[in-house]
Amino acid sequence: MELLLSFLMENFCLGYEADCLLTACYPLLQCSYHASKMYLQHQVQWTVKSDEFHMPTKSLLFFSLQTFEKLLIANRGEIACRVIKTCKKMGIKTVAIHSDVDANAVHVKMADEAVCVGPAPTSKSYLNMDAIMEVIKKTRAQAVHPGYGFLSENKEFARRLAAEGVTFIGPDTHAIQAMGDKIESKLLAKNAKVNTIPGFDGVVKDADEAVRIAREIGYPVMIKASAGGGGKGMRIAWDDEETREGFRFSSQEAASSFGDDRLLIEKFIDNPRHIEIQVLADKHGNALWLNERECSIQRRNQKVVEEAPSTFLDSETRRAMGEQAVALAKAVKYSSAGTVEFLVDSSKNFYFLEMNTRLQVEHPVTECITGLDLVQEMIRVAKGYPLRHKQADIPINGWAVECRVYAEDPYKSFGLPSIGKLSQYQEPLHVPSVRVDSGIEQGSDISIYYDPMISKLITYGSNRAEALRRMEEALDNYVIRGVTHNISLLREVIIHPRFVQGDISTKFLPEVYPDGFKGHQLTDHERRELLATAACLYVAEQLRSQRFLGTPRIPIAKSKRNSWELSVHLGDGIYPVAVSKDGSSFSVEVDGMKLNVTSEWNLALPLLSVTIDGTQRTVQRLSRDASGKTSIQFLGTVYKLQVLTKAAAELSKYMPEKAAEDTSSILRSPMPGAVVAVSVKPGDMVSEGQEICVIEAMKMQNSMIAAKTGKVKAVHCKAGDTVGEGDLLVELE
Amino acid sequence: VLRSRPSCGGAARQSAATSPLRAAPGLSLSLTCAPFQGKLTARERILLLLDPDSFDEYDMFVEHRCSDFGMDSSKNKYPGDSVVTGRGRINGRLAYVFSQVYKHNILWEEAVHFETRTGKINLSQTLFLVRVAVVGKVMDQAAMVGAPVIGLNDSGGARIQEGVESLAGYADIFLRNVLCSGLVPQISLIMGPCAGGAVYSPALTDFTFMVKDTSYLFITGPDVVKSVTNEDVTQEQLGGAKTHTAVSGVAHRAFENDIDALLNLREFFNYLPLSNRDPAPVCECHDPSDRLVPELDTVVPMESTKAYDMLDIIRSIVDEREFFEIMPSYARNIVVGFARMNGRTVGIVGNQPKVASGCLDINSSVKGARFVRFCDAFNIPLITFVDVPGFLPGTAQEYGGIIRHGAKLLFAFAEATVPKITVITRKAYGGAYDVMSSKHLRGDANYAWPTAEVAVMGAKGAVQIIFRGKETDAEAEYVDKFANPFPAAMRGFVDDIIQPSTTRMRICHDLDVLASKSQTNPWKKHANIPL
Repeated sequence: MELLLSFLMENFCLGYEADCLLTACYPLLQCSYHASKMYLQHQVQWTVKSDEFHMPTKSLLFFSLQTFEKLLIANRGEIACRVIKTCKKMGIKTVAIHSDVDANAVHVKMADEAVCVGPAPTSKSYLNMDAIMEVIKKTRAQAVHPGYGFLSENKEFARRLAAEGVTFIGPDTHAIQAMGDKIESKLLAKNAKVNTIPGFDGVVKDADEAVRIAREIGYPVMIKASAGGGGKGMRIAWDDEETREGFRFSSQEAASSFGDDRLLIEKFIDNPRHIEIQVLADKHGNALWLNERECSIQRRNQKVVEEAPSTFLDSETRRAMGEQAVALAKAVKYSSAGTVEFLVDSSKNFYFLEMNTRLQVEHPVTECITGLDLVQEMIRVAKGYPLRHKQADIPINGWAVECRVYAEDPYKSFGLPSIGKLSQYQEPLHVPSVRVDSGIEQGSDISIYYDPMISKLITYGSNRAEALRRMEEALDNYVIRGVTHNISLLREVIIHPRFVQGDISTKFLPEVYPDGFKGHQLTDHERRELLATAACLYVAEQLRSQRFLGTPRIPIAKSKRNSWELSVHLGDGIYPVAVSKDGSSFSVEVDGMKLNVTSEWNLALPLLSVTIDGTQRTVQRLSRDASGKTSIQFLGTVYKLQVLTKAAAELSKYMPEKAAEDTSSILRSPMPGAVVAVSVKPGDMVSEGQEICVIEAMKMQNSMIAAKTGKVKAVHCKAGDTVGEGDLLVELE
Repeated sequence: VLRSRPSCGGAARQSAATSPLRAAPGLSLSLTCAPFQGKLTARERILLLLDPDSFDEYDMFVEHRCSDFGMDSSKNKYPGDSVVTGRGRINGRLAYVFSQVYKHNILWEEAVHFETRTGKINLSQTLFLVRVAVVGKVMDQAAMVGAPVIGLNDSGGARIQEGVESLAGYADIFLRNVLCSGLVPQISLIMGPCAGGAVYSPALTDFTFMVKDTSYLFITGPDVVKSVTNEDVTQEQLGGAKTHTAVSGVAHRAFENDIDALLNLREFFNYLPLSNRDPAPVCECHDPSDRLVPELDTVVPMESTKAYDMLDIIRSIVDEREFFEIMPSYARNIVVGFARMNGRTVGIVGNQPKVASGCLDINSSVKGARFVRFCDAFNIPLITFVDVPGFLPGTAQEYGGIIRHGAKLLFAFAEATVPKITVITRKAYGGAYDVMSSKHLRGDANYAWPTAEVAVMGAKGAVQIIFRGKETDAEAEYVDKFANPFPAAMRGFVDDIIQPSTTRMRICHDLDVLASKSQTNPWKKHANIPL
């Protein structure tokens, strides 16, 4: 204990990320902090209620154990920062690698050493094994943490490290290989008595056989082409009749699409949830399951909101899943942290999907409820130490929710990447029980080369409702300017009644927003609040612009005005709003209702706290201009408004309507990216829906199609060009 | 195209617009009515520009004295003829205003007839009078009192029926514009077609703003152009807002419509001192003056050939990221405009590496020089951000007289006696280094960021010249010796090498101290800037 305390003291005295570590509610420190509160009180000005975290005291022991002297992190962004934080805590020196555009990145600044491994494209830098091996040799790093993505599940990399005698923080090559192969992993899972999706492994001969197999498996079933893909030749059948029909159609479709009419049948998991079990295993045959994570909220198979535990699992199912996951881990002699993904149907049947042999993006929610630092455990295990916990030591304390904050536009298919410089950036760390894992800071660039994730925002509470309430507050208090972000979508998801009840599945987003995400839909009351806020901000700004300091030569005519008749445009509506000033607060009349609005009215702050009839709201005024146009982030969504005096509003009807650009004859890039291919040239005739060019951004290729039939007038891009959002690509006549 | 406006504006519009303006007995409806869609009347414009109930109108009872060609018929005579003048307040501060009434003397019905008959809208060249004496009176008083003059211009040109009298009238205004220049700020907002002599008054004022799609400025309209040069050109191409803000540089900024323009003008007015006798205004400021700007530490790219946006730097340093840019679409390789530092108005000049590497050419020199001279004339401190690779070489520039025009910017910076603070963010090469408010031109505080390179030229070019024709690896040596701020700092040419994130704090502190700066140039009738 003494050793620990002196270590902590030293760290705090040195100012080693004291704030970050504590704020990020790393379980260990929370716990240590709890234990050593009185020693530290005079040094750390801190407000976290440490009682909220109940951590096993055993985890303190690690400080006395030697692991590695120097560790290289073969990754970038938030996960690199995350690993460095734990390394600092453990007294391990760190080496960061970076591409040339990342030279000023946060992970580079945080690490003890940093080496450039190549130019921006990942294939030349973060995936450049030769360069990374070179750095390992040069810096004499004893171990490598691969993070997630990049080389984290690359068995070749693991093999090369082993050959050099460098420890790979992760499982051994055998496990990576076994779990990396879909068929092999399924077989392994079956042998380890893990539930797999029931199905017929062979080819189905005829409709009768299909029905027999379907009955064996149990309805509903999915009939799919052996050679299939992209949904072609795929049918779902709920009874015998549909099975026969499905068999016929699918084989026809398969024959015409793939020239191969062989069909497979497997159980169709209706409306599944995506629930995964975190496992932790050592090199001595011990393995633990660290409870589940619910990751059902997804878009395009990418997770958006995760939580632990799941509202859906009872302790029995949880144990069954956990035990199967551990059985699988033991079957492949797994060591390190890993994740076993399951699909869970509405009757709590669960089926093995795949195993990820790395640290998952969403690992913090597990850390929050179990009190373990997974990175630290991974490092320990890699060094060869046995696990320090028994299954009985693994608790579920409270509830944790994680939102993935992305630089993307949620209004375009739930998120198309956006790029730019973070002109203002402020994490909501003043909200209690918030952890933000990020690898960027104010001034950072979100570039087209890498994943557009800004951060992982995690909130913790003694129960789900508390965690969600804090998440709402944290999202409102998050300042991100300069890039488009998905805060609006995240906030809508976590307050949606279905989500709050726990009624979710992987189809949540398309089901709840069948016509795409449109932002928060204001209730009448909320609209009045927004209008009142906008009007008061306008008046506060007007009043301030009359306050000049000093004594002017020509006296300033002081306005005695204390009431304003305004007209506020919001969407298609025009709302008369009357504001009268009453001391420091405003009395606002909207739609015949009176609202009392108070605030500090500090117009330079990025976060404005406004109290409307006793309800506190945190709003952000993103922009304003002289003509009364303003955009305000309210309840997570950005609303465009225009506030005019009544006189100006009456006259504005005489202003000319500016003709909007005819968008059917021009094609603009919907997002920043690189042009992969251009399939037309000037003079070509194109028909509506025909592909004109392909834009690649981050991990996606997007086909740009013609909005009408016509002749190509001009092509403004060529393959290989980098284009920005809104850049003109092609014009039609 | 034409909006039917029965009984000239309708009751609703009248009550909205004219009632607060204390309509005089006999005031014609036509004064509240501009015949074309998309424009406000003279009085409506004043209503939006000035604080409510602050307008004191002059000369409401003056009529035109023209009696030829039927102009004396009662139908063509209205009190307050063709221009509304007076004084009022903008955010409590005094301003003198004149607002021209376009086509006031044609009744609405007549205008419609005229257009249907000829089949096109071309009323611009004739029939209109600028009541000179009325405008002159306002300007005289503005100069005496020391308050800005704002002109809302919407004038077709001389009233041909008035003959030489109207030409004399123009000259009277021109003279007053010149005499007021440097005494009080003069702002012109072009809100309709302004042709012929009417265009020179705006050209003589400090700032000319335009309204997109409804305002034009040209010496001669498209018809005359066609008859003289046989050139087919539309009004918009010849003298529209786009032409003048992006191509000719005649106008300083354009706005979407009348309302947008007037509201922006109110905001712009707050940056200006009332006269050359007043210091730059200081507004209440909520943005802390000692705010650190961490993103500036990484804003300049590692490779010195890579561009970045100077506007990012400017916005992050000034109060609340508010920057009123002047001439944003003309000579974009230099950025000029107004902002506030700890509430005090400052003029900002910055090379823009994003456009043409931020080099100085003819247009950017002239743009910068005029802005610097305005700030100097009206006691507005100058903050200069330098990243300039030099003057743009080539025949086009030399034939165009880059030497003469570049000298204007040099002249303007050298002559300026207001507080001058300079921050070298990256390149400061050659003569352009001297020009950009260098220490040698009486800069008060000259800072360099660690990324600064103060040298005669870039390493590559320098080495090629020094070792002409010889193979050498002296480039690295040159970079080592010159591509950093130390040689300049050692000689005192920069006062300090500062951490970029502290730039705002340093500038705010300097401005506080320099507020009492007093410096005068030797007495002379006037200097002889190389025009």
